[in-house]
Order: sequence, then structure tokens, then C-alpha cells
Amino acid sequence: METDRKDGRTPNQLRPLKCSRNILHRAHGSASWSQGETKVLAAVYGPKAGTKKNEDPEKACIEVIWKPKTGQIGKAEKECEMIMKKTIQSICLLTINPNTTTSVIVQVVNDDGALLPCAINAACAALVDAGIPLKHLAVAICCCVAEEGSVVLDPTKLEEQQMRGFAYLVFPNSALSALPEGSYLVNGEPLEHGIITSVTHGVMSVDEYLKCVDRGRAACAKLSGFLRNSLQKSQFPSDTSSKAA
Amino acid sequence: MGLLDSSGDLSAEMEVDAFRRLFPLRYYERHLAESIRPDGRPLGRARDTTVALGAVSSADGSALAKIGSTTMLAAIKMEVMTPSAESPDEGCIAIEFHMPPICSPIVRPGRPAEAAVVVSKQLSDTILSSGMIDLKELALVSGKAAWMAYLDIYCLDADGALFDAALLSAVAAFSHCKHLSPFLIVPTSYTLLLSLIHVSARYSLAVQIPVVSVNDKGKIVAFTEEGDGRKLEKEAVNKEKIKLTLGSIPFSLTCALHKKYILADPTSEEESIMETLVTVVMDSSDRLVSFYKPGGPALAYTSLVTDCVALTRHRMKELEKILDEAFSGMEVD
Repeated sequence: METDRKDGRTPNQLRPLKCSRNILHRAHGSASWSQGETKVLAAVYGPKAGTKKNEDPEKACIEVIWKPKTGQIGKAEKECEMIMKKTIQSICLLTINPNTTTSVIVQVVNDDGALLPCAINAACAALVDAGIPLKHLAVAICCCVAEEGSVVLDPTKLEEQQMRGFAYLVFPNSALSALPEGSYLVNGEPLEHGIITSVTHGVMSVDEYLKCVDRGRAACAKLSGFLRNSLQKSQFPSDTSSKAA
Repeated sequence: MGLLDSSGDLSAEMEVDAFRRLFPLRYYERHLAESIRPDGRPLGRARDTTVALGAVSSADGSALAKIGSTTMLAAIKMEVMTPSAESPDEGCIAIEFHMPPICSPIVRPGRPAEAAVVVSKQLSDTILSSGMIDLKELALVSGKAAWMAYLDIYCLDADGALFDAALLSAVAAFSHCKHLSPFLIVPTSYTLLLSLIHVSARYSLAVQIPVVSVNDKGKIVAFTEEGDGRKLEKEAVNKEKIKLTLGSIPFSLTCALHKKYILADPTSEEESIMETLVTVVMDSSDRLVSFYKPGGPALAYTSLVTDCVALTRHRMKELEKILDEAFSGMEVD
């Protein structure tokens, strides 16, 4: 069941990815990530002294500020902030700098579908640029379920609205480029198979959701490769931008 | 390690409450190793749930839902409004979730709690995308008038699993909500028109939507039948109370994940210790409405996903029975 997509992509094909680091000079770390037309800019300031109220002083605190492209900050933005905060908390080593706050500011430059995954990817690249200690990285992807049940990756905004349902999935980035035999397994599945975050919209059957998770995992393996390549490039702004199709 | 041994020795001497406060994770892990929780529940069991319909008599539909100590009060008020130009045949539902300071010591007046905003957004997404309410049913006159349902949910006691209790109370309030079929009457005299405009519209039974009519100018006005003893020149004879027909109803279960354990329906203490929460919403036709896992240190592997879904299915059957019992107890007509 092949779905014809408006921009001519196959259901498993991602949009062109672009990642640039160190674009803002005042921020301790910054990155911009674009998937097709969706572009997000992330900046990291930290660690700063002191934690916010009601936060555990024995751990580092992460604060996320989400700025939409237009309009006032409403419930949707607060929800995105909460999801990103919990996702980033699960990848950071929080006990290294206790009683500090790290702020991640996300600015939406253009929204053309798969906005939250793009923002998470940008935030991870910015955290690496700032040198915040992390356990592993996170890669995020959006999978849609079409009317007849097939799974389509990385939709545009129009496709998101037309499809029956979509899921934003975040997986841990594989720590090694090649997994040796007998690598670290949990319940018979390697670490990369665990879902860090999952947000779904629309109704789908349980099997369709599990299919989304499988496809998402495979695509995230490719995204991990791209992320690794782009982060390994040099620090200077002139040659930090890397592209992949 | 020294610390581990010392706490192990201390635990024999320390009181249980002190150990629970000082080493909460260890306290819970001791229980989880025996597949039980401090309140005596097995890992997969939810707390006792009750639903009471019609708690707010002035609202068009209301319900009070309790899951353990978590208490949610939901009330629906219906109002007539003009539908938007893009969907002239559809009504509208506005969902608000409030956490007043009464519910929890961490909520203070003024700034809304972070949890309130997130649960509010999650609730509106779930209710609107599950297709429980067909918005076309709320239409009155195409392009001119449609019902707007304001659903307000107040948290009276926050003890974990807020989303579950809120969704249950919302579903119960919608299934309790009834409205009269609207009908058109055309007043033949100007004084009658004035009397129509100035009369308020709530029946004393107070579970219905007000009766409305359209006057010559095309404005929707409300009136009562026998409230003021005024007789109207034209009246419809049949006025049946119509319940909002609900499509497939969504039910949810929140689980806390910790290492390889899944704890169904966590209390607020469990939620704060085990930071990873998963909310699974399924509807009565066995479709997945939402699988919500907003980050957290524990990762969800495929086996965990299927286990959570199985627990939710089981919980769905319990909740359907509870709703049916509450409803049959309330049948007034």
C-alpha cells in the first residue's frame, strides 16, 4: 500500500536534514536543525548557579523555554516545554553539577510538520555544543498512520492534518557506531530500542502504533548516523553546517 | 558500601515512617521485590473507583469521580453561539481543567500549576480526537446557531493519576448531559417577542439544556414553558429529552515505570519517586487513542508497551462496569 506524497517522497523517506552548531555567539551552546521546511533554533545557557523553587537541589535542574513563531504562549507551548524538559532530563547526567540550572531556549523559525521532533533534535545538538554532560543523545522522529493503515515517516504539516493519526517518538542515540555481538541488552532488546518519549494524536490500532515504533526506530538509526557525522565536524562556524538528504 | 550497610542496619532500628521519608526509593523497592505496594495493592491493580452523577444540580451535566483519594468534579454548561465560518454545521466544546489550591500543597493561588496546563491540553486533545462527541449533533441552525459546551473540571484532591480521574469525570458528565430538542416558534406579536427575550431558562430538574427558539430577526432566544404562566401562541407538542449520543468512549490508565516493574495507577508519592509515567488511553472499540510517555529515566521497550496496553484493557472493563452501575442508578426518566 504505497501512499503518493505531494513532494514525491516514498513513505520511508525523510526530508533533507540540515544541522548547524555554534551559530549564536552569546549562548553557551546553540544549534539550528531543519527537516525540509521545518526549522528550529535552540540555545543553551548553563550551568547557572541555583535551582528553581520546588526543584531538587541535589540534582541539576533543566529549564525549557519554548518560543512560538507567532502569537502568545499558550497551553500547547507549555505542554511542549514539559515534554522537552522531561526528555532532556532523561538524557542528562544530573548528578554531576548539583544545584545548578541549565536553560534550553527553543525558537520556532518555521513550522511545517514534525515540530516537536525537530525541536528535540536541535536541543540535543545545542546541549552537545554547550558541553553539558550527557549519558547519550536522543533522536526524534514523527510517524503518521495513513487512512488505510500504512505508516508514513516525517510528514509535512498538510500531511499531519490529513492523516488519521501521528506519533512523535524519541529514541536514545546508539552510543557505538557498530554494535558488537552480545552488546548491552535489556530484556533481549538493545538500549536503542527503548522509547524515551512518545506523544500520539488521533486514533490508531495498537498494531499500527507498534508498526510506527518499528519504523521510527529504523529511521532513528539513520538519523543517529547523521547526527554523529555533523557533530564530529569542526567547531568553526564556516564549516559546521552539514547536510544530508 | 558503607552507606548501604548503615542504612540496612538503621532500618531495623528506625521507625517505618522515618525510613519511608528518608529512603523512599529503597522503601518502595523492598515492597516491589515482593510484588506488592505499601498500600497493599498488587502491582497491576488500580485503586477503588467511584462515580457519582449529577453532583452539580445547576449544571446541564455533571459528575464527581474518585480514584482512591484523587477527586475530580466535572460540570457541563451549554450555551448557544454562532458557529465559525469554516464549520457552520458543528458545535464546539471548550475544556478547562483547574487545580485550585485546595487540591495539593504545591499549588498556590495565582500561578496555575504546571500539571494543570498539561493535563488540560491532554484532556482536550483526547476528548476531541477520540470522536466521543459528534460535533454535528450540537448544531442547531446551520450557519446561525450551535451549542457550545463548556466543560470545567475541578481537581478537589490531587493524589496521583490526575489525567485518569479527570477523563473519567468528563466522560461521566457527558453521558449524564441531556438536552431538549430545540424547535422553532415564530412569535406573532411584538409583546410576545419581548416576553420571550426577557425570560430565563433553567428548569428545576436542571439537567437539560435550555429550550431555545429563533425569533423573526433570526436571533436565538431562550424561554421557559410554565415558569411564568405565560402561554405562547405556537408551541411544539413533542419535547423529548435527548441525551448526547456518545461514540466510542475513551478510558485511560496511568502507569509508573521503574526498572522492570509497572505500577498501575500510582499515588502522588509513587509518581514523585518513580519519575517515569505512561498514560495509555483506549476506547471501547479497542483502538489506541493515545500513548503518552513524556520522557523520564526509564525507557519503554516493546514488551513494556504491550504490558501497559494489556493493563489498560483490563482497567477499561472495570471502568465500563462502574459507569454502567452509576448510570443505571441515576435513571430518572
